[in-house]
Amino acid sequence: MNSRIPPTPLPSLSIQSTQCLRARIRRRHVAERRFRFYGFSAMVLTLAVLVLVFSFILSKSYTAFQENVLSLRIAIDSAMIDSKGNPLTADYRELIQKAVAGLFPAVTDRHDRHLLFSLISEGAPYALRALVTRQRQQAKRDGNIIVDVLLSDEADQFLKGHITAHVSEKERKIKDLQVTWLKELQARGLIHSRFNITLFTAGDSREPELAGILGAVTGSFYLVIVTLGLSFPVGVASAVYLEEFAPRNRLTDMIEVNINNLAAVPSVVFGLLGLAVFLNGLSFPRSAPLVGGFVLSLLILPTIILAARAALKAVPLSIREAALGIGASKMQSILHHVLPLAMPGIMTGTILGLAHALGESAPLLMIGMVAFVVDTPVTLLDPATVLPVQIYLWADSPERAFLEKTAAAIVVLLGFLIAMNTIAIMVRIKFERRW
Amino acid sequence: MHVLTLLAVLLCISLLGFRISQSRALSLARTAGLHSLPYHHGQFASLAILLPGLGVILLWSLLEAPLALWLALDHLPVPPNLADGEVRLLIAEISNIAAGYGGRQDPALLAAAWHYRELRQTSFTLAASVAVSVSLGGLVFAWRRVTPSHQARNSVERVLKIFMILCSALAVLTTAGIILSLLFEAFRFFVHVPFTAFLFGLEWSPQKALPAEQIGAVFGAVPLFTGTLLIASIAMLVATPLGLLTAIYTAEYAAPHIRTVAKPLLEILAGIPTVVYGFFAALMVAPALRDTGAMFGISISSESALAAGVVMGIMIIPFVSSLADDIMSAVPQSLREGSLGLGATQSETIRRVVLPAALPGIIGGILLAASRAIGETMIVVMAAGLSAHLTANPFAAVTTVTVQIVTLLVGDQEFDSPKTLAAFALGLVLFVVTLALNFVALQVVRKYREQYE
Repeated sequence: MNSRIPPTPLPSLSIQSTQCLRARIRRRHVAERRFRFYGFSAMVLTLAVLVLVFSFILSKSYTAFQENVLSLRIAIDSAMIDSKGNPLTADYRELIQKAVAGLFPAVTDRHDRHLLFSLISEGAPYALRALVTRQRQQAKRDGNIIVDVLLSDEADQFLKGHITAHVSEKERKIKDLQVTWLKELQARGLIHSRFNITLFTAGDSREPELAGILGAVTGSFYLVIVTLGLSFPVGVASAVYLEEFAPRNRLTDMIEVNINNLAAVPSVVFGLLGLAVFLNGLSFPRSAPLVGGFVLSLLILPTIILAARAALKAVPLSIREAALGIGASKMQSILHHVLPLAMPGIMTGTILGLAHALGESAPLLMIGMVAFVVDTPVTLLDPATVLPVQIYLWADSPERAFLEKTAAAIVVLLGFLIAMNTIAIMVRIKFERRW
Repeated sequence: MHVLTLLAVLLCISLLGFRISQSRALSLARTAGLHSLPYHHGQFASLAILLPGLGVILLWSLLEAPLALWLALDHLPVPPNLADGEVRLLIAEISNIAAGYGGRQDPALLAAAWHYRELRQTSFTLAASVAVSVSLGGLVFAWRRVTPSHQARNSVERVLKIFMILCSALAVLTTAGIILSLLFEAFRFFVHVPFTAFLFGLEWSPQKALPAEQIGAVFGAVPLFTGTLLIASIAMLVATPLGLLTAIYTAEYAAPHIRTVAKPLLEILAGIPTVVYGFFAALMVAPALRDTGAMFGISISSESALAAGVVMGIMIIPFVSSLADDIMSAVPQSLREGSLGLGATQSETIRRVVLPAALPGIIGGILLAASRAIGETMIVVMAAGLSAHLTANPFAAVTTVTVQIVTLLVGDQEFDSPKTLAAFALGLVLFVVTLALNFVALQVVRKYREQYE
C-alpha cells in the first residue's frame, strides 16, 4: 500500500559505525559496573557505620568494668565493737583517714592532707562499716581489719589512663602531688584493680565511682512487665476483633487508618498524652513504672495489632472452616484453632515491640522518669528510672568518669536488646509454620 | 485491708463459683441434654462474679479520693473566695498529713486530715462489703441459672466479644485522647500568647522575663521550625541516596547469601535505641566535625546541625532501605525480563523500568522517613543546641521543636505558666505536621500505585 513512499535507507554498516556501536556498548557496560559499585559501596558504607558505632561504644566502655581499690589496714579499737559483738557507731571516716595518713607520715600540711584524703571515695566509710558488721568476730580477734576502699573517680580515671599527667596541672582535676602519691601507692602494691561489682549492684549516685545501673535495670524490668501485661491482651483482642469479627464498613476502615497513623506518631507526643491524661488527669504517681508502662503500651499497641493481624491473616481459611464444620462456634474456632496457630507470629511481633519499648526514652522524660532516683524501686508505684534515661542522664554529667559508665550502660542495654531480638528470631524460626 | 486483698478475695469467690456451677452442670448433664458444656457454665459463673465486683472497685477508686477530700475540705474554716491554687495547696497538705508525712501543726488542718483518713477508711470498708456482697449475689445468680436450656456459652462469648470491641476502641480513644489533650492544653497556651505570634514570630526565648502583656513576643516558633527543617533535610540528604542505593543493591544485585547477611544487619541498625545514636553524635561525630572544620579554618559549632543531621540520617537509612527494597521486590519480574530482553543492561533496567514503576511507593517511604526525622527527639536533645537561631547554616547550632518540648517540660516551672503550656502547643504542631506527612504519603501511594495482575 505504501509503495509510493521511498523506503528509509538502512544504516550502512561501515567500520566507523561498528566501532561507534562497540564503544557505546562498552560505555554502557562501564556505566553498569559503576552503578553496581555505587550500590555495593552504599551498603558497605552503611554497614561500616554500624561497625563504627559499635566499636566506638565498646572502646569507651571496657575500662568501666574494672574499678581501682586501695587496700588499707584499719586498726580496730575494742571500744568500737561492744561485748555483744555489735559495731558501735564509730567514726569510720576518721578511721580511714587515719589509716591513709599513716601511709604517708610525711604529709603534715593541712591543704595537702585534704588532697590526700580526697583520693579516697566518699562511700568508703560505708563500705568499712558494712565490712566490720559482717566480719565483727574476726575483727575483734585480730584487732585490725583489711578493707579494699574505692578510689575517688579522678584517681580511678588517672590510673585507667583517661586523665594524663601531660596536661598542665591547672587543666586537670588531679594534682601533681596526688599523682606522686598514687604512683607511690602503686609501687608499694597497695592498689589493685578488680571487676567493677559496684556498676551492677548500686543505684545511681552523684559520685561516679559509686554509681551503678541496678536501679535503672530494675525499673526497666518493671516497665517491660507492665507494658507486656497491658499491651499484649489489648493488642491481641483488638487484632482478633478487627480481623475476624468486624464488618467491612467505613467505621472499621477508619479504625484501621487510625491504627496505621498511631504507629507513625512521634514518641514525644505519647509522652505529652501521658503527662496530660495520666499524671494531671488521673493523678497517677509520677515517675512510677506503672505510668511509664501505660504510656509505652499505648506506644507499642499499633505494632502489636499490626503484627497480630498479619499472623491471623496468614492462617488459612480451611482451618476456620474445618472447625466450623465440626460444630464449633465462631469464637471457639478462633480461640481454639486459629489463635494458637497464629501465636508464634504474634509473639515475635510482641517481643520486637517490647524491645522497642525497652529502648524508648523520650516519652518517659515527659512523665518524670528523669528524676534522680537513688533507691531501687520495690513496687510498681515507687519512683524509678529506666536504663535509656539513665544513659541520657549520665551522658549529660560533667564528670569524666561518667563517660565510661555511660558506654558500659549502653553495652548492657544493647546486650538486652540483642538477646530479645535473638529470642524473637528463634521463636519465628522454630515455631512458625508456612502454609 | 488492702485493695489487693480485696481483689484476691474476689478471685477466690470466682474460682469457687466456677467449680460449683461446673459440678452442678456436670450432674445435670447425666440426666438431661445441656446446651453448653459444663465448663461454659463455670465460666459464666466466674464472669457473673468478677465483672460486678470489679465494676464496684473501679467506680470506688475513681470517685472516692476526690470525694473524700471535698468532704474533708468542707470541715475546714476556709475563707470562701480562696484562689484555686491555694485550695489545691490545702488539699495537698491535708493528704500529706493523712499519709503520715507531717505538715503544719494547725489544729484545724490536723482535724481535717484525721476526718479525711476516717472517711477513706469507712468508704473502703463500705466499698469492700458492697463488692463482696455483689459478687456473692452473682454467685447465687449464676448457680440458679445452671439449667439444661441456659445458653451459657453464648453469654460468655458475647462478653468476650464486647471486651474485644472495647480493646479495639482503645486505639481510637488513644488518638482522640492525644488530639483532645493537646488541643485543650494548647488552647490554654493561646490564651496567653496569640496564635499568629506563636506561628509566625521570629524570636524564641521563653526564659526571658517579660510582663504578661508582652509575653507573646518571645514565643515565636519560626526559629524552631527552621531548625527542625534544617536538621531533617540534612538527615534526608544523607539517608535517601544511601538507603536507595543499598536497597537497589540488596534487591537487584546481591547474591542470596549476601542478602541473608546484610538484611539482618540493617535491621540491627534500625533497632539501636536513639539514646545510643545521641551519645555517638555528641561524643564522636560532633567533636570530629569540629576538629575537621578547625583544620580547614571553618568554625563548626560543637552542637552543629550537621552532626545531629548526619547521625539522624544514619538512623533512618534502614527505614528507607527496607521500604524501598520491599517495593522494588513487588515489581513483577516480567517487566525486568522484558527490558533485559530488549538489550538493556541491568542498571538501565533499574533506572528506566523498575524505579519508575516503584516510584510512588518509594516517595511514600521517603515521606514516612521524613516524618520520622522530624519527630525524632533523643539524638537532637543530646547533639543539637538549646538556643534558637534563625539560620540556614549547617555549621551553626540550632534547636528543634522536639528539643524545646523536652526542655520546657523537664525543667521546674509550674504547670500553668505559658512556658510549660508552650510545649503542648509545639506538640500539637508536631502531631499535625507528622499526621499530614503520613496522610500525603498514603495518598501518593494509593493514587499512583500500579496494579499488576
